[in-house]
Amino acid sequence: MTDTRATALGTTPDSPASRRRAMLWQMVDDYSLILIFVALFVVLSATVQYFFSWDNMAGLLLSVSQIGMVACTMMFCLASRDFDLSVGSTVAFAGVFCAIVANATGSVVVGVLAALVAGALVGLVNGAVIAKLRINALITTLATMEIVRGLAFISSHGQAVGVSNEAFFALGSASVAGLSVPVWITLGCFALFGVLLNKTIYGRNTLAIGGNPDAARLAGVAVDRVRIAIFLIQGLVAALAGVILASRMTSGQPNAGQGFELNVISACVLGGVSLMGGRATISGVIVGVLIMGTVQNAMSLMNIDAFYQYVVRGTILLIAVLVDQLKNRRQAR
Amino acid sequence: MHSAPRLAFRHIGKRFPGVRALDDVGFSVRAGSVHGLLGENGAGKSTMMKILGGEYVPDDGEVAIDGQAVAFRGAADAIAAGVAVIHQELQYVPELSVMENLLLGRLPTRLGLVDRRRALAFVRDRLDALGVDLDPRAKLKQLSIGQRQMVEIVKAILRDATILALDEPTSSLSHRETEVLFRLVRDLRAQGKAMIYISHRLDEIFALCDAATIFRDGRKVADFDTLQGVSRETLVQRMVGRDIGDIWGYRPREHGPVRLSVQGVTSRAVPLPASFQVRAGEIVGFFGLVGAGRSELMRAVYGADRRLSGEVSVDGKAVRPTHIRDAIRLGLVFCPEDRKEDGIIGVRSVSENINISARRNHLVAGLFVNDRVEARTADTYIERLRIRTPNRRQEIRLLSGGNQQKAVLSRWLAEKNLRVLIVDEPTRGIDVGAKNEIYAVLYELAARGVAVVMISSELPEVLGVSDRVIAMSRGRIVAQFARGEASEERVLAAALPEGAAPSARQVTP
Repeated sequence: MTDTRATALGTTPDSPASRRRAMLWQMVDDYSLILIFVALFVVLSATVQYFFSWDNMAGLLLSVSQIGMVACTMMFCLASRDFDLSVGSTVAFAGVFCAIVANATGSVVVGVLAALVAGALVGLVNGAVIAKLRINALITTLATMEIVRGLAFISSHGQAVGVSNEAFFALGSASVAGLSVPVWITLGCFALFGVLLNKTIYGRNTLAIGGNPDAARLAGVAVDRVRIAIFLIQGLVAALAGVILASRMTSGQPNAGQGFELNVISACVLGGVSLMGGRATISGVIVGVLIMGTVQNAMSLMNIDAFYQYVVRGTILLIAVLVDQLKNRRQAR
Repeated sequence: MHSAPRLAFRHIGKRFPGVRALDDVGFSVRAGSVHGLLGENGAGKSTMMKILGGEYVPDDGEVAIDGQAVAFRGAADAIAAGVAVIHQELQYVPELSVMENLLLGRLPTRLGLVDRRRALAFVRDRLDALGVDLDPRAKLKQLSIGQRQMVEIVKAILRDATILALDEPTSSLSHRETEVLFRLVRDLRAQGKAMIYISHRLDEIFALCDAATIFRDGRKVADFDTLQGVSRETLVQRMVGRDIGDIWGYRPREHGPVRLSVQGVTSRAVPLPASFQVRAGEIVGFFGLVGAGRSELMRAVYGADRRLSGEVSVDGKAVRPTHIRDAIRLGLVFCPEDRKEDGIIGVRSVSENINISARRNHLVAGLFVNDRVEARTADTYIERLRIRTPNRRQEIRLLSGGNQQKAVLSRWLAEKNLRVLIVDEPTRGIDVGAKNEIYAVLYELAARGVAVVMISSELPEVLGVSDRVIAMSRGRIVAQFARGEASEERVLAAALPEGAAPSARQVTP
């Protein structure tokens, strides 16, 4: 979308040398994030023991699978210039609700479906309030974050809800072709939402709304409907992440997923998704998620105290946003 | 009185990319006089006022106060030199009181706290002296627009301004408020202030002004040392009088049956029902002053604003009131006035901006965007409309205004079913070359049988391009002219609001 930015500014002399230099800068610009990740990966592989091993890689991917799938839908949310803080609570509530329903009905499938429907409902409420009642997304999802977290505590009486049915645990721990099920689901999400963003009217309209909601509306985009769909799907995927997390922990826990929403948003921003809307790439989000996971994984391997990991995560986010700002400022000239 | 002028503009020139806003313009204003400044929209009056207020630095020429050249580098310099420019859009803090707004930035303090009692006494004293009836404790948001205007003027006086410029101060005032304003202006004149007064209402110019200057297309076309014995007609002719050469490239066309029919449409912004029709192949120009309600009417027709009553139909098929996509499906489309706010999606590519609507017609498997077709569509229009961009992937915000406008037009040209095109100020802020290219597109569409509605505040453009001209004033359609009957004088007279020209009074009782 943005290649040839540098060659485009006005009618600067078009000598082959300057054009080649501009193209090179463009490449560095476009792939800077991937280059940073590759460099990080190589350095860690060479210096950190056990980092570059199949077991560790599989573990790393599993550890970021929940963040990864929700980052896909958060990408749509941010791309449309909105925001969703409620996903962490939805993760917890879906886990609890799934466990309760599965225990009550004796069916894991019914439990999972009920949790997904509940998550979609939370998303629907978010979307309808934001699109139709025109209440700021930050406020709306801050409110539903509290409400849904409350529902998780109320329905579980504040206790972890264990699941008796063994089949439930397979969702989080079964392995297919060397990778666990959550990892496959996350990969599927990356593919699905990548295609949705780039190849469908839904995705293009999402970016158009984020770029300029008024202009999008006048161009015939069903702005309200797209917004509601974005939040509904986000709720659904957050619930899926919640169910998988519950499966991995063998119980639905009402205090799960605290701060989850911020990790997801961090991964997106790290991946170059603009909080101003209109700019997002799935490759960026994937790399953002991987950078987050890799740094955390490496710090664990190096036995760095978990307390420091917060500091490092925050610092990385700040640097990433700063780099993005500088890039934008250079373009604006 | 033969004193040296208090304020003089000397050979002022100001250029913007593609536009020469002011070209070698000069006039002077005596102390103790009110100087009228007249001209059509876009004639350069506001640019001149921004130069006076220190917001713009002129490219050529200079501003002189009492014969001394001054160089304002910002609004603060102008204020320090005793200049106050009161724009149409007022600048105040709605949540603060009259007193606080008047003394903002220099409130008297005692022991570090605001000394309210002293401030109120001071303000009350000054308001009394000026004969202005305002409660200093009232919040600005509680006041009428006229009262807020008054606060703005008093603020200028409290800053010891000796030169005041008022840009269309009465455009939203009631009759009574206007009289209060007039009295204040006359008092200030008696105190020896030099004042510039901009208005479209000729009655006001005659009632208030001692002298006048007329601008047209960034040049000064007339200076009147006195308005004694000057007729209304003379002023109007000087404001608009100009040959329309063949720069419009207009050629007569056959008109088909009625394509767009608008019957009794109202919306929140269009309180009075409006009706008009446009035939296939016809270009209808909508003229009116800023705020006449043209854009609001078209937004209601398109469904961008909710229609409260009335019928809109395209080729006899009714368009539902709030569904823009309904209108588009029936071939009724709209290019909004404010390109940046409502037209383009700045961070997206030229291709995205062109294909955003028509892409629904060529999906692969009913689901996937067809990149190949979209690339071809974008390239076709980039070439046909000569959109100057390195390629279709360029972010559209980096293009010039004219090229952005052509891309927005392309968005609708790509609609195979295009029947009615409404364009709102399609050439605003665009250089002459691009203007001609846009006219050519409108002619081509009309020749294909599209019904075209063009809103424009440039009277020559309306007359040069349209087959028929509709004049609007204060939210209603006041007159229609066939191309042969439409002269600048007649259309302007119809569009000027009540009290501005004798003929307008008949249509707005």
